[in-house]
Amino acid sequence: MLDLSKYQSIGAALKDAMTAFSAETCLIEADRDREKERLTYKDFQSRAHPLARALQDAGFAAGDRASIIMTNQSKWLISAYSIFFTGGVLVPLDYKLTPAEHWQLLKHSSAKVLITEYPIWRQLCNAPERAAAEDVKLVLVTEAPAGADLAGAQRWEEFRNAAEPAFVPRERKDVACIVYSSGTGGRPKGCMMMHENYLAQCVALTSLYPFWPGVRYLSILPTNHAIDFMVGFFGPFTCGACVVHLRTLRPEFVREAFPKYKITYVSLVPLVLKNLQKGLQARFDELPSGKRRVFNFLVAVNKAFTKSKPRLGLSRKLLGQVHAAFGGELHAIIVGGAFTEPQTLQFFYDLGIPVANGYGLTEAGTAITVNDLNPFRADTVGKPLSGMEVKIVDPGEDGVGEVYVRSKTVMAGYLNDPELTAEAFANGWLKTGDLGRFDSTGHLLLSGRKRNMIVTEEGKNIYPEDIEAVFESLPVKEFCVFAANYVWPKRSMVGEQLILAIHLENGQSYTDALRNDIIARNNRLLNYKRVHGVVLLEEDFPRTASLKIKRNLLAERLAQLDRTSAILPL
Amino acid sequence: MRTLDQTTQEVVDLAARHFNVAAGTLAPSDDFFKKLGIDSLQALELLSRLENHFGIELPDYEVQGVSDFRTLAERIQSRL
Repeated sequence: MLDLSKYQSIGAALKDAMTAFSAETCLIEADRDREKERLTYKDFQSRAHPLARALQDAGFAAGDRASIIMTNQSKWLISAYSIFFTGGVLVPLDYKLTPAEHWQLLKHSSAKVLITEYPIWRQLCNAPERAAAEDVKLVLVTEAPAGADLAGAQRWEEFRNAAEPAFVPRERKDVACIVYSSGTGGRPKGCMMMHENYLAQCVALTSLYPFWPGVRYLSILPTNHAIDFMVGFFGPFTCGACVVHLRTLRPEFVREAFPKYKITYVSLVPLVLKNLQKGLQARFDELPSGKRRVFNFLVAVNKAFTKSKPRLGLSRKLLGQVHAAFGGELHAIIVGGAFTEPQTLQFFYDLGIPVANGYGLTEAGTAITVNDLNPFRADTVGKPLSGMEVKIVDPGEDGVGEVYVRSKTVMAGYLNDPELTAEAFANGWLKTGDLGRFDSTGHLLLSGRKRNMIVTEEGKNIYPEDIEAVFESLPVKEFCVFAANYVWPKRSMVGEQLILAIHLENGQSYTDALRNDIIARNNRLLNYKRVHGVVLLEEDFPRTASLKIKRNLLAERLAQLDRTSAILPL
Repeated sequence: MRTLDQTTQEVVDLAARHFNVAAGTLAPSDDFFKKLGIDSLQALELLSRLENHFGIELPDYEVQGVSDFRTLAERIQSRL
């Protein structure tokens, strides 16, 4: 691994990785069962430098912002490398957002360059919101069919200059990326992540879960996600490891990729991990009773021998078929993005597959705590990583209070929003909005949220304010969206749901027509953003002098209702 | 060549069989996430089954944001 303490920027570290590991394979890209590309670090550099030079020729300079909206693929990483090489600021956006949301964030970030793929551009270029993002001067589109109308964009593959680009150095405190943690429908939360954040996070994470040449990381989480950006790009690249991209997330091809590419690490969100668990459990259940008894015995032996720490060699011998299905070289599954149920984590650990469960949020870099596996604990999110200061503020009698973090991995603030930034910090500590406590061994146990938001099993942060626009002009007196667990606090971080609180007009009743209207509007939202039910409140919503809803006060009033009977399912 | 209506009906029938729900309980305009109570991964599994049935390849991005049978059938129809 490169000694990252010597580097000032992501770009400088990646540049040196290209020469330090030039002959190693850095990228494999496959589409279903077809391998499309296999690049060494030298190949990667030869693809990236002409793009970097062309960007410089187009006037792209230090501090300029460039956005990437793409599914996971080699061109994502090549483009990101080129942006960092030229001193730019990367704005990675979730490709699953709607065109209106994309343009809103492009406008907010003042991105000058947009790099995207043709199917996404086809939707983006016709969206009326395009006109507002006037800073976007250059659009590069990958894999456009011959003769396609690019609506003012240029072909990524042809945008290059063979002359050597000039490397543009940056300082540790300069902004490297603007990562949106939420706010697509309301107030955008663009986390300004500094080069130092990534350099410090990479050192901390790789001290527990190291990469080395020969390691193969299967990149399934979108690379715009903080976890995949770190463990599916910056981490492996600065260690000479290899990233495997699949162009599809179909479960059958993901399963095939493990043995085919001898995967060492993979990061998954809880939803995918649970899906894997379900598939494996179904196969175990189908075993004839004799084989089932033998299998259960071997699992019990494995559990006994791995109680204090993982023993990969032994587990692979005891449960060879299970490990073979994962390629036989899997060191750990990294799970994050949302809270994972302990029984799912334990299921995999009992099979001898270590699960690196942790806790983090975009504002604090990739991870704050991670399970160090000494011993494995399914009931916690691990201990603070090296360099992380974590404290519990205002703990109750049970020790539970809000989790605060201070470290070199914490963002500089929210872009263009000093007010929101000030609210996020207290005396230099980042207020996470999550509730938890430490146990006597230093493990952090999370137990709920203080914030009005939910995190889905797919790792998506959903803020109620962001989805309210879809209910605008709903024929009721007033409405407001809440996280149900915010209104009725629950010591749980799974199964979180949103509710729509409604105050009807005088004499109005909750008719089928109104319910259908709500359902129709709800269906316009992506499935994971939808509200689960309606709560009727027969009083005016409390408001400020400027007529903004006082959400805290309204939540307190809703909390007087019985949760089970108050929520009318949609 | 199938018509869009035929394709839609085949999509609906196949989804009913795949998720083991009674034929006739699903309608083309239904939101399959909600009606079938499935997640995005289960939707991808259905997609694989539909590909095998129709003999096509449908890239993941083609079904991004699609949540009703009719639109899904339109995407399939465009590749038949």
